Amino acid sequence: MPILVTLKTPVAALGREVLVFTRDLGRVFLFFARGSLLIFQPPFQFDKIRQHIFFIGMKSVFVICLTAGFTGMVLGLQGYYALVKYGSTAALGSAVALSLVREMGPVLTAIMIIARAGSAMAAEIGIMRITEQIDALKTMDINPLRYLISPRIAAALVCFPLLTAIFDVVGLFGGYLSGSALLGVNPAFYFSRAQSSVETSDIIGGFIKAIVFAVVTVTICCYQGYYTHTRAEFGAKGVSISTTSAVVISCVLVLVTDYVLTTFLL
Amino acid sequence: MTGSPLIQLQDVVKTLGVNRVLDGINLSIHRGEITAIIGKSGSGKSVLLKHIIGLLEPDGGAILFEGRTTSAMSAPEKRALKQKFSYVFQDTALFDFLTVLENVALPLVERRGAVPAEIHRRVREKLNQLDLYDVDYKYPSQLSGGMKKRVALARALVTDPEIVLFDEPTTGLDPIRKNAVHSMISDYQRRFGFTGVVVSHEIPDIFFIAQRVAMIDAGRIRFEGTPDDIQRASDREVRNFIEGLESPRDDLTGIVSQSIGQQHLRQEMSRLQRHQIPFSIVLMSMDNLEDIDRIAGHMASQTVFKLFADHVIQNSYLTDTCFRYAINKILVVLPDTDEAQARSFCLKISRTMRHSALFDSFDTVREVCYSVSAGVVQVQPDSGLEDLIAAAESGQTIFYECRK
Repeated sequence: MPILVTLKTPVAALGREVLVFTRDLGRVFLFFARGSLLIFQPPFQFDKIRQHIFFIGMKSVFVICLTAGFTGMVLGLQGYYALVKYGSTAALGSAVALSLVREMGPVLTAIMIIARAGSAMAAEIGIMRITEQIDALKTMDINPLRYLISPRIAAALVCFPLLTAIFDVVGLFGGYLSGSALLGVNPAFYFSRAQSSVETSDIIGGFIKAIVFAVVTVTICCYQGYYTHTRAEFGAKGVSISTTSAVVISCVLVLVTDYVLTTFLL
Repeated sequence: MTGSPLIQLQDVVKTLGVNRVLDGINLSIHRGEITAIIGKSGSGKSVLLKHIIGLLEPDGGAILFEGRTTSAMSAPEKRALKQKFSYVFQDTALFDFLTVLENVALPLVERRGAVPAEIHRRVREKLNQLDLYDVDYKYPSQLSGGMKKRVALARALVTDPEIVLFDEPTTGLDPIRKNAVHSMISDYQRRFGFTGVVVSHEIPDIFFIAQRVAMIDAGRIRFEGTPDDIQRASDREVRNFIEGLESPRDDLTGIVSQSIGQQHLRQEMSRLQRHQIPFSIVLMSMDNLEDIDRIAGHMASQTVFKLFADHVIQNSYLTDTCFRYAINKILVVLPDTDEAQARSFCLKISRTMRHSALFDSFDTVREVCYSVSAGVVQVQPDSGLEDLIAAAESGQTIFYECRK
């Protein structure tokens, strides 16, 4: 019998982990499904969605521009020194544009929004949970998912693609700044190659990624905050761990889904 | 207590983690009454309250509303039921990202078919009733603890609920505010006729406003009855709990607590029976405390009552015992005093009150007329304590009146 027990223990532990993981996955999916369906329940919450668009979108514009500018510049710089070896610096425009539109734009935008707005969402909802504000909503017959989560999902779906577009454009100019203005690539070549190499499918692919990242980010961040009370840690510690896991999990998931999506889109 | 109970808890069991917090709770809550739930910290009072409103589901047993099991109700029925309830949280649970005005308006705004002008009117009305002026655009973190409590009360009452659940509504408030909240609960309950369930540690103050008291201990109801019943209960556990919590002095007025007062009354009674030493009792009540509530607010009325108690204390001797008998009543036990002397004692109070009006510090209350009545009884050796107080109550005449 002891041999069986020894054999069973790791299997049982693995089984338990798998079950917990599957259960959590199901929970996260239901959380998102309910939250997004409730967006369409009248009366529509235009005002709240507008406020969240302002918070997630408008307030992120500066940081997105800054990141995009430097990302474009470093791409221009690296691209130039890579291409100059083969004497094809004229292709810098397409190199910068394609890497921005297909990959860097959606991924870095998502990661910047996670850092700025995602962490704030998890912390805000987490604090509402531990101070019984979510229970207070329930006692007033207000659906907390509809009141707190739905407007955030709607706002993220609007903001992510728009911010990605801004990232792409600013990044392109960043590449121009380092590639053409500093290192002397002909600006006409830079922009014409950028324009000719980027296809509509690349742009659509980038937007699809942005939308998927929006769903992943907002769901994970809100979920972590919303279920703060189920953690082993209580109070402020619970909120801090929720915020940390919201940021870490959503960043990792953005990179994982990026790989999966890229294999389908290419 | 008439008819079948509004809410009934039958053998409600709840386990949180490894603790069996509720272990077969049986409790009835009757329409139009205030039920106080008392018990040690961590005995499951708040958990019980959360079961009543449906924030927690019982592991076993049933919760019945008007005789129907709530778990068997359809979703629309549950919604309709929920709209009849309001809940005042222990830590207020105000939305920290909304202003006071938005907080109080939220339950109305989120209901379908809400008209902005009507919402504004109702919110204004509630804020004014709770003495909340010039705080409309402040955030909860900018308010004092007492103000937050009042905002939370305003938010709970703005929907004109049928049932209001209060989770320790007075914890952390000063004596005047605490009494003001109690008088507010009791006043609103009389005015709007809601059913109240109050979890409280305020003993004996809570007995003044509750019609029924339930004591919870180790996850079960240890005692259920009227406030008088529980104060006379012989159960050792109940006695220890009440006596342990009861402060020897009334928080608001500083006079001795009711149980000590009753004890003195019994001592005088036995002195009378053994040694024929006469004594009298005077029951004084401020008759229109409720009018002051309505005109000047609950804080003002409680302050006025405190000032009135000060007059009584100033005019009584060291050997006299004054205690708060009800929310607006003071009972004075005067040893070695016959009825005529007791009347002159009342006269003396009315004279000092005439010299210093109670309302000098309140501009808003100056217009109110108020009166104090007193019932004087010289105690006979064969009279029972209850009869005595009933006689004093029936024989009350106005001995001081102020009209401005």
